[in-house]
Amino acid sequence: METINQASIQPTLTPQEAAKDAGVAAIAVEDLHKAFGSQKVLNGISLTMNRGETLAVLGRSGTGKSVLLRLIIGLEKPDSGLILIQGQDIAGLSLDQLGEIRMKMGFLFQHAALYDSLTVEQNVAFPLVHHKKEMPKSERSDRVKQLLAEVGMEGHLEKMPSDISGGMQKRVGLARALALEPDILLLDEPTAGLDPISSGEIDDLVLKLQAEHHMASIVVTHDLHSAKTIADRLALLDKGNVVIDGSFEELQQSDIAFVQEFLRHS
Amino acid sequence: MIDRKFSTVASVDPPLQGPRTSLIFPMLSSSFGLINKLLEWFGDLGIFLWRVVHAAVTPPFEFRELFRQLDEIGSMSLPLVALAGGATGVVLSMEARYSLTRFGAKSLLPAAIVFSVIHETGPIITGLVVSGRVGAGIGAELASMKVTEQIDAIEASAVSPYRLLAAPRILACILALPLLTLAGDACGVLMGWVAQALVEPLSLHQFINAGFNGASFNDFLPPTFKTAVFGLIIGLVACFQGMRTQGGAAGVGRAATSSVVLSSLFVILADVVLVKLILIFFP
Repeated sequence: METINQASIQPTLTPQEAAKDAGVAAIAVEDLHKAFGSQKVLNGISLTMNRGETLAVLGRSGTGKSVLLRLIIGLEKPDSGLILIQGQDIAGLSLDQLGEIRMKMGFLFQHAALYDSLTVEQNVAFPLVHHKKEMPKSERSDRVKQLLAEVGMEGHLEKMPSDISGGMQKRVGLARALALEPDILLLDEPTAGLDPISSGEIDDLVLKLQAEHHMASIVVTHDLHSAKTIADRLALLDKGNVVIDGSFEELQQSDIAFVQEFLRHS
Repeated sequence: MIDRKFSTVASVDPPLQGPRTSLIFPMLSSSFGLINKLLEWFGDLGIFLWRVVHAAVTPPFEFRELFRQLDEIGSMSLPLVALAGGATGVVLSMEARYSLTRFGAKSLLPAAIVFSVIHETGPIITGLVVSGRVGAGIGAELASMKVTEQIDAIEASAVSPYRLLAAPRILACILALPLLTLAGDACGVLMGWVAQALVEPLSLHQFINAGFNGASFNDFLPPTFKTAVFGLIIGLVACFQGMRTQGGAAGVGRAATSSVVLSSLFVILADVVLVKLILIFFP
C-alpha cells in the first residue's frame, strides 16, 4: 500500500485560524473498521486532513466511501478505530456532545435530503432556527438569502424541494450545509446523477466555497474528473482499505494494478 | 410372534426417527431466533423510549411542533372518533334493548348504555381508531423521512430527531387521546339516546338522568385517563417503527402496517391490564 499524506497549511489563513489549527488535524481517522453483519465495509482505514485541504475519496460502489463520511459525522458507529475531529475523539460522546461536534461540520447528502415539508428558504434556515435562536428574524432571513445567492439559488426561496431539479436540490443542500459556517465540509457524491454541465457548475461552486470559507473538505465521488478539479488529494479505496492517498499525478504514476485499472475505466 | 414384533419395530423406527430429528431442530432453532428477535425489538424500544424521555424533559422544548401535532393528531381524528363513538352508541342501544327486554330490565337501558360507553367501549374504540389513523400516519411519515435520509440530515444538523420528531408526536398522542375519548363518549351516549328515542320516546334529560344515576367520578375518570397510556403506546410504537425503517418504498409500507398492527395489539393488551388495575384501585 502506498500512502502519501501531505499536510498543507494554506497561506491564506488568518492569524486566528492559524492559531485554531496549530498542530491539530481537522479530521484524523485511525485504523477504522466497520462491518454490517458479516459484510466488512471498512478494514482499517487511516486518513488525516488539515484545514483548507480537500480530499476526494474514490472507489468502486460498495467500498465504504459513504460509510466513511457517515462514521465521521457520527451517523454510524465504528466497530473499532479512532475518529478525531479537531483533536477530539467522538467515540463515547453523548448525543449532546456529539451535537456540539456536528455543529462544526456541514454534510451534503447524496440525494440532498432536503426536508420535503419545508420550502427552500426554510430548509436553509433550519440549522439557524435551531442553533442561532438569538439571531433576529431579519438577520436570519438575510443570512439565508446570502447563502442561497452563494449557490445561485436566490430566486427560488418559496419553492418546495419537489419543485426544483436534482442539481438545484444539491445547491440548496450545499447552502444548508454551510449555514453554520462549518470548519469541515463532507460531500457525498455531489455530482452523482447530474448532467455534465450541472456537474461542472457544482465543481466550480465547491471550489469557490472552498476558497471563501477555507474548510477541510472530504468529497466522496465516482467522478475522477470532478475529483481532479476540486481536490488537493485523492484517496482510492478498495475492499475497505486505502490503496493510495496522494495527488492526481501520484495516482497516475502509481504502478498498483487496481489504481491503473481504476484510471483506465474512469 | 416375538420375531415379527422385533422385526416390525426394527423396520419402522429408523425411517420415523430421521424426519422427527430433522423437523425438531429447525423448529427449535427458528423458535429461539424468534424469541431473540422479540427480545432485541423490546430492548431497542426501551433505548428509544429512554432517548425520547431524555429529549422531552431537557430544553430546548419544541412547543410549536407539539401544537402542530396536537392539531394533526387531535383535531383531525375528531370526526372519525365521533363517528365511531356514535355508531357504537347506536349498536349498544339496539343490542342492550333486545337483551334487557328479554330479562324484564328495560328501565336499566340508559344506565347500560352510559356505563358501557364510558367504562369500556368509548376508550377502546377511540384507542383503536386513533391507532389506525395516527399510527399509520406517523409510521409512514417518519419512515419516508428515514429512507430519504431526512432524519439523518436532521441529526447531521446537530438537531435531535428524538426531540424534534418523536417527543412532540408521542406527547401529542398522550394529551389527545383522553380528549378524543371524551368526544367519543359524548357521541356514543348521544347516539345511544337517539336510537332509544326513535323506538320509545324519551327526552335527553330523562335519558341522562337515568344513565348517570349512581355514577361517580371513579366510573368516569380512570377509564378516560387510561387512554393516555394508549396514546403513549400508539405514539411510541409508530415513531419507533417509522424511525428504524430500512429499504425504500417497501420499507415505508412495512413501517405503516407494522405501526398499526403492533399499536392496536398493544392497546388491546394494555387495556386488559389497565381494566384490572382500575378495578383494584378504583372499586
